[in-house]
Amino acid sequence: MRFLFDSDTWQEIYGSIRKNKVRTAITIIGVLWGIFLLVVLLGAARGLENSFNKLFGNFATNSVFVWTQSTDTPFKGFQEGRRFSLTMNDIDVLKSEYSDEIKLLAPRNQTNNLIVKDFKSGDFRVSGDYPVLDQIQKKQLIYGRFINGNDILNKAKVAVISEDMYKQLFDLNEMPIGQYIKINAIGYQVIGVYKPSNTIDFDGDCAYIPFTTFKKVYNTANKVDWMMITANEGTNIEQMEKDVLLTLKGLHKVHPDDERAFGSANLGKEIGKVTGFLVGMQFLTWFVGIATLIAGVFAIGNILLITVKERTKEIGIRRALGATPKSIRQQIILESVFLTTIAGMLGIIFGSTILFIIDSAFGQGEDATLINPTVNIPIILIAFATLIVLGTLIGLIPAHMATVVKPIEALREE
Amino acid sequence: MIKIENLHKSYPIGKESLHVLKGIDLHIKEGEFVSIMGSSGSGKSTLLNIVGLLDVHDEGNYFLNGQLIKDMNEKKAALLRNKFLGFIFQSFNLISYKTAVENVALPLYYKGISRKERLEIALDYLDKVGLKDWAEHLPNELSGGQKQRVAIARALVTKPKVVLADEPTGALDSTTTDSVMDLLKDINDEGMTVFVITHEEEVAEQTKRIVRLKDGRIISDELTKASKAV
Repeated sequence: MRFLFDSDTWQEIYGSIRKNKVRTAITIIGVLWGIFLLVVLLGAARGLENSFNKLFGNFATNSVFVWTQSTDTPFKGFQEGRRFSLTMNDIDVLKSEYSDEIKLLAPRNQTNNLIVKDFKSGDFRVSGDYPVLDQIQKKQLIYGRFINGNDILNKAKVAVISEDMYKQLFDLNEMPIGQYIKINAIGYQVIGVYKPSNTIDFDGDCAYIPFTTFKKVYNTANKVDWMMITANEGTNIEQMEKDVLLTLKGLHKVHPDDERAFGSANLGKEIGKVTGFLVGMQFLTWFVGIATLIAGVFAIGNILLITVKERTKEIGIRRALGATPKSIRQQIILESVFLTTIAGMLGIIFGSTILFIIDSAFGQGEDATLINPTVNIPIILIAFATLIVLGTLIGLIPAHMATVVKPIEALREE
Repeated sequence: MIKIENLHKSYPIGKESLHVLKGIDLHIKEGEFVSIMGSSGSGKSTLLNIVGLLDVHDEGNYFLNGQLIKDMNEKKAALLRNKFLGFIFQSFNLISYKTAVENVALPLYYKGISRKERLEIALDYLDKVGLKDWAEHLPNELSGGQKQRVAIARALVTKPKVVLADEPTGALDSTTTDSVMDLLKDINDEGMTVFVITHEEEVAEQTKRIVRLKDGRIISDELTKASKAV
């Protein structure tokens, strides 16, 4: 250890590096590139992950959607291909039977209609909803409020419209709240304007009206188009999805093994696929980064090996003057470690700089594609330590080569 | 100081083996100034390498300073070289990126002497060979004679018992040859054993004892006029 803090040791290394500026620079670039790539790739991957998280952020990821299709198995006297609908009865049954698992349940009915305001009009989706929708899928309101319980009770003819609808149907800076629009020739009072989220959204530009109003106006009776369910914390969502479907099959006289009768989507599962992709990408990042690092370290070993060959004579002289094999070995290993360390530090600095630039360019604002591209400091330290260990190990090869040559042979070298 | 008994050495060349030294007996006492003469291929360099612990012999005994040299590992050999031996080479063998004074100080580095002390001692020795003003020059800024004087200073800096010189004047012109030989004589006068390998008669005549080698055997061993003059 004393050897490490001996100024002479460093003097020797400085001398040999100064003598070989070009090879030192090339060597350093090799390793620098490796760790640089690792830092930038990890940072970019993290940025992408952050972006995905933001994308899914204001949607409950523990959501399941259920709708009906047509049966694929004849059952209880019904032929296959039967079409049917979910009903409010289903909703009540599910709510009572799965009170432990289900946190929120939103039955929904939707249609498309012409919406008219004075002389302006447009074709939009109309959705009959309960206030609970706002909890499942947070609405960002610019003006007014969302549908509330009173609206449901009173079957009020009120509507919450999207920002785009507002822009299309109203004059600039016109106050929309309290104004009337006509949906399917029936007047509704606008009670709120929302900004569609720039994340996942299934509704698009949609006018929300109370579920009960929708039922009355469109005469849907007990029919429910589809429903959104969110689960309580700690619930096995996939299991819940299966159970709910089975219950519904029972209620609608559908064969338990019927695969087509009900459609369902588990948002958690869908997001899991994306997350899996992220994990894969991170793995790839590590793989590429580490492989590049190793390549860089091998480059150092290779160049040191050439150097040792070049310096055979010098090593011979040193040994004639009393250098022990150990001191020769130490010097070469230290040179290797020193080069990898310098290269590693420079690589980390450059990598961080690039991440900083990426962050300023793509990482901020509404439409950021790579949010906060960062790398954990422990990860960097581990990579750095690995680099130094590899540098030492790879230095052993040329160091060994330097000492197996007998001094006499080394001196004879011309 | 150096005692060699029935020394044999062969080098493998492919499947054959070349018998270079065929039973050398040589005794060199402390303070002697010996030259080994012989044409190329006579085995003189091999002998020097064995004496200098740079190579190992196959058969026979070699005593350095009374110590039997046997089963040397590299570490022990390195320590003994550093302690007892000083080398002077035909091609000087200075390290090109170190200044004259750093070259001279190098053996002291391996002895574990501090940098400051080392450079002081090295400067003293450079002064001795008349090159104090050239201390900060790199080898390629020095003439051949100057380089050899730096190499001599380097050989002497550890105060070795024996100085081994392999054709020390081989790359020098006659004027510088004389100055280098004078330097070696001075060293010898100070009591150091000097062991020179050469094929030049004029150089050998300036030593005190000439050992002639031919085909791996000693063919003559005689004192010179120079020794009788003292």
